[in-house]
Amino acid sequence: MKNTRLVETLVGVFVAAGIAALFMLAMKVSNLNAFSSDDGYEISAQFENIGGLKVLSAVSVGGVRIGRVASIEFDQQDYEAVVTMTIDPKYNRLPTDTSASIFTSGLLGEQYIGFEPGGEEEFLQAGDSISLTQSAVVLEQVIGQFMFSKASEGAGE
Amino acid sequence: MNTFQQLGRYALTSFQRLGRANLFLLVVLAGIPGLAMRVRLVVQQIFSVGVLSLVIIVVAGLFVGMVLGLQGYNILVDFGAEQSLGLMVAMSLVREMGPVVAALLFAGRAGSALTAEIGLMKATEQLSGMEMMAVDPLKRVVAPRFVAGVLSMPLLAAIFSAVGVMGGFFVGVGLLGVDAGAFWSQMQSGVDFHEDVMNGVIKSIAFGVVVTWIAVFEGYDAVPTSEGVSNATTRTVINSSLAVLGLNFVLTALMFG
Repeated sequence: MKNTRLVETLVGVFVAAGIAALFMLAMKVSNLNAFSSDDGYEISAQFENIGGLKVLSAVSVGGVRIGRVASIEFDQQDYEAVVTMTIDPKYNRLPTDTSASIFTSGLLGEQYIGFEPGGEEEFLQAGDSISLTQSAVVLEQVIGQFMFSKASEGAGE
Repeated sequence: MNTFQQLGRYALTSFQRLGRANLFLLVVLAGIPGLAMRVRLVVQQIFSVGVLSLVIIVVAGLFVGMVLGLQGYNILVDFGAEQSLGLMVAMSLVREMGPVVAALLFAGRAGSALTAEIGLMKATEQLSGMEMMAVDPLKRVVAPRFVAGVLSMPLLAAIFSAVGVMGGFFVGVGLLGVDAGAFWSQMQSGVDFHEDVMNGVIKSIAFGVVVTWIAVFEGYDAVPTSEGVSNATTRTVINSSLAVLGLNFVLTALMFG
């Protein structure tokens, strides 16, 4: 047999590559992953309604991406969603009264968090939370309210 | 009358072949437990069936992923949904393209080689020689090749899908400027491990069984002449490709229908 050792090594590499590919499909492509590798500092914010915001969605100021959503949880005390964001460490001069809102990019696009910097002299540190927040606009609710107000207008006349 | 006779003869020979193929599979499956003593034979065959198919699988996967990235972008950008590109590329690769295209390439690269090898062994009377020495060629020659094919196929399909996703990533994020985070996050939130990835793996195992079965059977059943071996090789590629495509429809209907 020709060079058994080489053959066996190559087969080993092949099997390892196949398992690695499956592992990548599990961890990176599908939703089986538990870790995020971004480094940066974390700040959190509470929203009444986050709409379609997802983990890894963008966090931006003035349209420039400065971080990502690290985790989304539900606070049972306040009945609000707690969104933890990882911010790029080079953007460390966000005022403490920065407000966070959830926007949609385009009519059907991804949802993201937009920051509106305030005027305070102090800056947000790791672990801080943003108190000024604005929930996502849920299109169905807006349409529902619009229809309802139209109907009540019609009834009033 | 003559046409009916021909049709009848054709049907009878087809059914005979089908029956022989099934008996053949049973004997091969019965020979598999004996391979526990001869792991080296299987390893040798995984080399010639799996490792040697790796280059074509990786290159094809990369290009298929890149094309999916380009085409998907052009379609999605009209709806302002180009950030779903990752989801679209991953979904098409993991569910359909990965198992199917990898199986078609596998049939062309490894299946034809298996048929030609076994057919030539038969034509040069090596198989009869083994029988003379009381070595069962089904256990010594066919069973290791069958096991190697069935084991290699899911690995090759997984590599194909993974490389394809990377190809889609290079084109989508590198070339067309889709946001990398949205690419991965939409993909991860849309692709389910059990529903999508595992069903793709199950598909590729089924294709591995079908392609390898057809390949070894055609080789073993070939008319032992040079023309017979060449016909058998052609039939392997055609039959296993058609079987893969047909079986894929059935499996897709069962899994996602």
